Amino acid sequence: MKAEEFAHQARAGKINLEDFYVEYFKQLRKIDSKYDCFITISEEEAFKQLEKLPRGKLYGVPVSFKDAICTRGLQTTGGSKMLEGYKPTFDASVVERIKAEGGVIVGKTCMDEFGLGGFSTNCAYKTPKNPIDDSRVTGGSSGGAGVIARAIKGPHIAIGESTGGSISCPASFCGVNGLTPTYGRVPRHGLLDYACSLDKIGVLSKHISDISLTMSIIAGFDKRDLTSRSEEVPNYSMPQPVKDLTIGLPKEYFGEGIDPKVSDCVIKSVKKLEDQGVKVKKVSLSMSKYALPAYYLVAMSEVSTNLAKLCGMRYGLELPIRKDGFNEYFSKVRAVGFGTEAKRRIILGTYARMSGYRSKYYLQAMKVRTLIINDFKKAFKSVDLLAAPSMPVIAPRFDEVDKLTPLENYKMDILTVAPNLAGIPMLSTPCGEVSGMPVGLHLMADHLQERKLIDAGVALE
Amino acid sequence: MVTKELVKKVASIARIELSEEEVNKFTKEFTAVIDWFNELGEVDTKGVKPSYHPLKTENVFREDEVKECLSQEESLINTNHKEKGFFKGPKAV
Repeated sequence: MKAEEFAHQARAGKINLEDFYVEYFKQLRKIDSKYDCFITISEEEAFKQLEKLPRGKLYGVPVSFKDAICTRGLQTTGGSKMLEGYKPTFDASVVERIKAEGGVIVGKTCMDEFGLGGFSTNCAYKTPKNPIDDSRVTGGSSGGAGVIARAIKGPHIAIGESTGGSISCPASFCGVNGLTPTYGRVPRHGLLDYACSLDKIGVLSKHISDISLTMSIIAGFDKRDLTSRSEEVPNYSMPQPVKDLTIGLPKEYFGEGIDPKVSDCVIKSVKKLEDQGVKVKKVSLSMSKYALPAYYLVAMSEVSTNLAKLCGMRYGLELPIRKDGFNEYFSKVRAVGFGTEAKRRIILGTYARMSGYRSKYYLQAMKVRTLIINDFKKAFKSVDLLAAPSMPVIAPRFDEVDKLTPLENYKMDILTVAPNLAGIPMLSTPCGEVSGMPVGLHLMADHLQERKLIDAGVALE
Repeated sequence: MVTKELVKKVASIARIELSEEEVNKFTKEFTAVIDWFNELGEVDTKGVKPSYHPLKTENVFREDEVKECLSQEESLINTNHKEKGFFKGPKAV
């Protein structure tokens, strides 16, 4: 059921929320025991919320949050042992806004440690499995969100987060819709930072209308995040016809490294939009080749500074304090608390920022980023949306992912990193199947043009 | 070419103690990643300004006012290393 309809019925007293949640949590636990999608299920807290629930737009609607988003009094780990048992003393902006509209927090979803991964296989707790074929990955890093959005029967809004594709990837692999908003459209206050200039909180759901409803609640300036945008939040819930839109197909996004069956599937869904009057033209994003190394340099540099605060003091993992100095203590806590991928990226990011290398790597990546943004801006002068596959392949099997080297692993993000570097909004929407697994159509729009993505999503639904 | 010494040096700057096994693994893997980073050198960025943010951002200022914040007790609830209302840490000097 769509969230809007559920909230409407609940407000009208047609749904007994107490009874509903008894059954809902049974279902949630069943899904979790099969596919491992929650780090924390917050049943007790949910029933406590029901006692004083605001009669807002999300009245009674179940909502899950990626475990990188702080929830007051409810364990928030970032998917890392480094923060096991950490209970924030505050709610993130998005949590506050959703609670104020009557949304009920049902749990915190599994993720790659601190978002560092594209498959949800770098998990310190449980590794989520694809609900369509459990020998396959869910995609990352918002993997748990993808699972629950797909597997649940009944209403559900899954809040995820993307740095380099962490909403589009699990949405594509699990066969749900996933919207990554413009950088700053949704405030990041209360999000455990991965890379501050790239992180974006977004929404995954089976229904586009759930995404537009949620966006109208969570988008908008918050003075606790001064990079959040102050532009007025449009009404996302009034879809417009798409007949006047022009879609661009970037030739670089349909070439080498992309499974031709996946490309065909995407082209077919673009045809469906063409049948509704959308104009389609070919475009080129000439800097695409450099987006991957530029992205990884920026993301690794930023994560190496952001995770520096995790040192076994004040909150999170602690070791006994012995006579060694603070450097020895910090180095030991971080050796125990961080998983391999976190260590790998922190060390590479530290290297890229070291004196002597900073201009060559970090600064050069930031300049290439400018050229990538210009590429998109130029394309959006002649088209409203860009369309491509979300991921180059269908969800791989766990044994296939195990064989990848770190570099091969990073290269799977080939289609998502450029729009993430540019901070433009994107929607991954299911557009068909290859070998029984879902394929995602990736629609991208200019900054703050989420409306056009939602319109196109509705037109395809 | 990435050497073991370089990996150890950077890890120590990042305050991460590595096992010998981890040093060997990372030394082997990092050469390929850094060669890949080097590909960015092909791009002519003369006169291009770096984008520290994807959209233009401006400095925002606010008055320095006293406002409500966490109590001392609340700020200490997530640690065992505390004494007399203060955080307790390892020896610094």
